[in-house]
Amino acid sequence: MTIALETKGLEKSFGGLKVTRDLSLKVEQGARHALIGPNGAGKTTVINLLTGVLKPNAGRILLEGNDITDLAVHKRVLRGLSRTFQINQLYADLTPLETIGLAVSERLGRGGDWWRRMGTRGDVNQEIAETLGSFHLLDVMNERTATLPYGKQRLLEIAVAIATRPRVLLLDEPAAGVPESERHDILAAVAALPRDVTVLLIEHDMDLVFSFADRISVLVNGAMLVEGPPDEVARDPQVKAVYLGEAADA
Amino acid sequence: MTATSDVSSHAIARARWRPAEIAFWILAASCAFLFPSRYLIMTDIIRLALFTLSLDLILGYAGIVSLGHAAFFGVGAYSAGLMALHGIINEPVIALVVAGLIAMALGLLTSFLVIRGVDLTRLMVTLGIALLLEALAERFSNITGGTDGLQGIEMQPILGLFAFDMFGKTGFFYSLIVTFLLFLLARRIVNSPFGLSLRAIKNNPLRASAIGVPVNRRLIAIYTVAAFYAGIAGALFTQTTALASLDVFAFERSADLMLVLVIGGTGYLYGGLIGAVVFKMLQELFQTITPQYWMFWIGLVLVVMVLVGRERIHRWVLWGPNLIIRQVFGRKAVVAVPESDAP
Amino acid sequence: MTTLFTILFDGVAYGMLLFVLACGLAVTLGLMNFVNLAHGAFAMTGGYICAVLVNNSGWPFFAALPLAFVSAAAIGVLLERTLYRHLYTRSHLDQVLFTIGLTFMSVAAVDYIMGSSRIFIKLPAALEGQFDFFGVGIGRYRLMIIVICGLLTVALQLILARTRFGSRLRAAVDDPRAAIGLGINVPQVFAFTFAFGCGLAGLGGALSAEILGLDPYFPLKFMIYFLIVVTVGGSSSITGPFLASLLLGIGDVAGKYYVPKMGPFVIYTIMIVILIWRPNGLFGRAAAR
Repeated sequence: MTIALETKGLEKSFGGLKVTRDLSLKVEQGARHALIGPNGAGKTTVINLLTGVLKPNAGRILLEGNDITDLAVHKRVLRGLSRTFQINQLYADLTPLETIGLAVSERLGRGGDWWRRMGTRGDVNQEIAETLGSFHLLDVMNERTATLPYGKQRLLEIAVAIATRPRVLLLDEPAAGVPESERHDILAAVAALPRDVTVLLIEHDMDLVFSFADRISVLVNGAMLVEGPPDEVARDPQVKAVYLGEAADA
Repeated sequence: MTATSDVSSHAIARARWRPAEIAFWILAASCAFLFPSRYLIMTDIIRLALFTLSLDLILGYAGIVSLGHAAFFGVGAYSAGLMALHGIINEPVIALVVAGLIAMALGLLTSFLVIRGVDLTRLMVTLGIALLLEALAERFSNITGGTDGLQGIEMQPILGLFAFDMFGKTGFFYSLIVTFLLFLLARRIVNSPFGLSLRAIKNNPLRASAIGVPVNRRLIAIYTVAAFYAGIAGALFTQTTALASLDVFAFERSADLMLVLVIGGTGYLYGGLIGAVVFKMLQELFQTITPQYWMFWIGLVLVVMVLVGRERIHRWVLWGPNLIIRQVFGRKAVVAVPESDAP
Repeated sequence: MTTLFTILFDGVAYGMLLFVLACGLAVTLGLMNFVNLAHGAFAMTGGYICAVLVNNSGWPFFAALPLAFVSAAAIGVLLERTLYRHLYTRSHLDQVLFTIGLTFMSVAAVDYIMGSSRIFIKLPAALEGQFDFFGVGIGRYRLMIIVICGLLTVALQLILARTRFGSRLRAAVDDPRAAIGLGINVPQVFAFTFAFGCGLAGLGGALSAEILGLDPYFPLKFMIYFLIVVTVGGSSSITGPFLASLLLGIGDVAGKYYVPKMGPFVIYTIMIVILIWRPNGLFGRAAAR
């Protein structure tokens, strides 16, 4: 199996506080890999390191064998590494159509076109329509994103990441805060993600993790605790201790 | 596939000319015949409108707050003035473009400073650059004429055909045509994928880079374009008034500009044009009351606008016209409330 | 060599003055992320109140200084409670527009009441002239400024480091949301700090009449200086703004002395170089909030 995304000895500290310690992670091509961990384990920092929002103090990040550690955020996206956001980071004033259109234009390298009006390229339009269609967003494509129901916004969140045609997709708590009635749509959308897209799911929700992932990594205090297939991880005494401990605190 | 054609028509809809827009420009052109005795003030308004359009491009579309946009206006003004004074380029239209390009070069150069850091750094850098240029112009008064400004600028006929007249009729049409052409260009730009990416950056820069937008490169591009526009506005000022003095760089000019833009509303291009008209009318009104203390009234307008809420004021103002449009034409309001600012 | 010391001395005096003028702005920025371009207006208010008391009412200079502080602080707290607090959650553009508006109004109002020419405050004879210290000319007034501002700086540092209020303030600057979670009344801390910062600006305005010149356009002329102090110095502590003020003061004085024709450009050059080198300021945080 080829490795889609790999980190080698990743380290990050803020001030004196080490939030990521010697993290080495391998995500296989086409995998459904989940990264879990209790609150404060440093999951968000890992995402920020992978996507380039933060620069690591040490270690390398490889995307399909190429070192991307020093690339800017947008360049990683163009190389095929995209993410969704845990809390809504959508463009409140843009419509779903515009949001997806932007992602498609940028991927095709046409985002800097200043003379051409939006909507005049057939291939772009078709791709926008397909993406909106597969995420059930066609009926709301011309509404301001801020006015959409929360579930639709979460769908758009995933749709816009898919529109960048990623080979590796980081899903950051895709179902967080979604009301029960709209939850099914999200789960279905996650399950229907193309198989050739490698997915790294960062999640709190254990039901979602165990129904979706074929491999799980457990992060505690910024370091990798356990990694393995779901049933193995579920039986692991260390993992149980961590989660039972958290449950006892809560 | 019908979804694709739906997408296409919705996407293009934003760029389509609305009746109100066409009416606006017909009205603007007809002012020439309605008020033939007021060419000078109308030219003044048009110049200000173009200058504000330039600020709208960076503030309204890309979210860059500038305290020193007068820097580019001033560079354009002095460039045009010096070219005419020393006979470097005599033909006004070519000189206008060259002046714009000089301002544009300065914009490109300074954009690298402006895109760094947060809002506060931008405020300091933009203000600092304008002050720096003002100080330079003062220092090299042998070239710029110092506080007296450039003396004895004489403009040659436009394209060798239309001489500037003392009533300002030529200047008015010249300014109107230049502004209209640049408006068309701006309209193209903001409705393009490039323009869309700017709005995305303004909404959420982090997210923009996460879907592959090269944020810094886009900001540099629009800042440079805006500098070109401001330079043209400055050059128009010099060419139509035969004046250029230190106050083209003044902070008050940059601050007034922001007021003009927020009066008209940001992020839909007409804000600058409408704001310029309202601003000049306010100026006339207040100056008849207390000519020296104009600054107090500007300040008061700013404070009140912010406290009441800019969007709320725009809704109030638009309530009447939109009601009429709904009643008479039975369609949705044409002029929407401008987009909110980035949080 | 002696000129070098004189320049250094004058520069330090100038820089310390700038620090007292601007440190309130740095704290309000760090605390509420609020851009207050009207900060100079409070300084001007203090300056004019001191001038009126000394010149017209015959108060002694040193008695008028505390009143400059108190009155600027009072106006500050009044405006904070009535107007400013509505704007903390607004966009930076709104804050900029609002505070520019206030600045313009203050400029025009002072111009209307006091006239547009520069005013001077009658100084006690003891503060005039200079004395010779190992061949270095020491201006008495500037020495007094260094003493007063130096004491204030030490006092501020002690308040921040040692007192309960100081620790609350630091917690609030560090992370307002977490501070609210800890039960700190952030709006109250902020109102108090805002008033205190305005008071310091007012005091600075009174002290600066002699050195910087005081006229109705003061808030506009020195806006850029304040901005440089807070952007270069950062707003996470008062040490940053303090060092930035000294750098700016010495740079400006030295520039005006050594290259008089290019005087004003020195500070802009410093500013641009620092920004290219450290976009978040010399002492700023690595990541902006």
